[in-house]
Amino acid sequence: MTGIVALYIFMLAAFTGYEIIAKVPVILHTPLMSGSNFVHGIVLVGAMVALGSAVTPLEKTIGFVGVLLAAGNAVGGYVVTERMLEMFKSSGARRTGGGH
Amino acid sequence: MEGTLQTPGIFSPRLLIDISYFLTAVLFILGLKRMSSPVTARSGIIWAGAGMVVATLVSFLYPGMSNYELIIAAIVVGSLIAWWSGKRVAMTDMPQMIALYNGMGGGAAAAIAAVELYRAAFANAAGTPAAHSNVVMTLAVVGGIIGAISFSGSLIAWAKLQGVLNKTVRFAGQKFVNGLLFLGSLAVGAIVVLHHGADPMHVTLIFALALLFGIAMTLPIGGADMPVVISLYNALTGLAVAFEGFVLDNAAMIIAGTVVGSAGTLLTQLMAKAMNRSLANVLFSDFGSGGGGAATAVSGSMKPIEASDVGVMMAFASKVIVVPGYGMAVAQAQHKVWEMCQLLIDRGVTVKFAIHPVAGRMPGHMNVLLAEAGVPYDLIADLDEINAEFETADVALIIGANDVVNPVARTDKSSPIYGMPILNADKAKNVIVIKRGQGAGFSGIENALFFLDNTRMLYGDGQKAAAELVNAIKAAG
Repeated sequence: MTGIVALYIFMLAAFTGYEIIAKVPVILHTPLMSGSNFVHGIVLVGAMVALGSAVTPLEKTIGFVGVLLAAGNAVGGYVVTERMLEMFKSSGARRTGGGH
Repeated sequence: MEGTLQTPGIFSPRLLIDISYFLTAVLFILGLKRMSSPVTARSGIIWAGAGMVVATLVSFLYPGMSNYELIIAAIVVGSLIAWWSGKRVAMTDMPQMIALYNGMGGGAAAAIAAVELYRAAFANAAGTPAAHSNVVMTLAVVGGIIGAISFSGSLIAWAKLQGVLNKTVRFAGQKFVNGLLFLGSLAVGAIVVLHHGADPMHVTLIFALALLFGIAMTLPIGGADMPVVISLYNALTGLAVAFEGFVLDNAAMIIAGTVVGSAGTLLTQLMAKAMNRSLANVLFSDFGSGGGGAATAVSGSMKPIEASDVGVMMAFASKVIVVPGYGMAVAQAQHKVWEMCQLLIDRGVTVKFAIHPVAGRMPGHMNVLLAEAGVPYDLIADLDEINAEFETADVALIIGANDVVNPVARTDKSSPIYGMPILNADKAKNVIVIKRGQGAGFSGIENALFFLDNTRMLYGDGQKAAAELVNAIKAAG
């Protein structure tokens, strides 16, 4: 893509990120931070391309570490976010499910 | 005319990749949007997760890729370790775990930059400089520096919150040294950009200086401020990922990285605001160190009370507000506290939980801990919603919280926490404080609330005290 198109994408994505978070209640700050932490795990696809194009042993080593770390970011971020969000229930859900 | 129009096949890998990345970006944004409401939050992470799976699978189809066995091995090993650690981490340790995963993302972004820059540097050293534009090289360098800072800084943040690293290192001229490291990294980066990659030594130096800066910048920051710093590194990693996305011409990385970068920046500001601090204050002052300030001495005495008396008091109250703090979670008392509250609710008592933005280790952390114990989120109120209600409460039960209910924040200008918004627990008719001993809190500041006439101290371990209260309420008949 051309530089100016990339700049437009950057600008629009920045506003999107701002708008998504702007009205979030404090109750969800931690899960949301964890969720956004998961989203930048997309670095995995870049690391895959970097390792896929690596030729010298040095490039392969750095690329391998990159993919390893990126996979850790993505999977770890997903697991902890999912665990946290799984626990949020309203009192309505408690009454039907908990027998109180 | 013939042969000039080269329409790619419908199923050319490149087109499939582009469409899949587009889908991934949409799923990420919708997923994050769903995560911003408690009702839809659970499905949000699943949507985003689906996007990640699509993007990862389709990336194997990139034209001209090799080293598949290395890629698969790295993904499998990295995923297994992260899966295992993510499943077993305790909810109380969540903030440092997020820091750790975030640091890994920053490290991965730095690794991408390193591969690109070393390739350019070796080509240049061999006399065959690659034809990278200066813009692409600059983005690779800046993204690499940011990623490296986020990597080493997040690791220090993790080590501090985990208790592996207890020291808060400070020395004279520290800010000067830190500034030198950062500017040095940028300067060497500029040399690399201007000289088509320069040579491998220069590239190594960029990353070495950036890594050192991340460590040096995080070391002086105290534990109480760490969540803000983790959130900042989260935003920085997003930015680094976006920059490397430009380098690799990868739209999914640009969009996801930028969204996280801007969302993370806003989240960092919200957190700093909730703690009544500016970001600059967090990064460059030394408040959260546990040192505390020499605030005015508090006069009066702490008056103890027995659990049985508290049980009766609450059983016949019409409204009880529970103010939980990190101490409750450390004592693993949240389950007993909720059991106690359920008894009260069944007796017709109105029970609410008042959550300060920085209760727990980061904003929203306490909500997670209460949710883990089964407390419905609609019984949990934040500071703005609940503060007016304390005046109508018969009992405010403080368990494991300290600074967030300290009235000196309203009155004592010499106190380090002056101006911080607090929960007005002191306005309740009766204040009960469950506390292990008589010491000061996380920040080392004496709490005036404990000495008020309407305050009684229930000494003991949080879980044990809550269990005694459960029995006392049952006995109240």
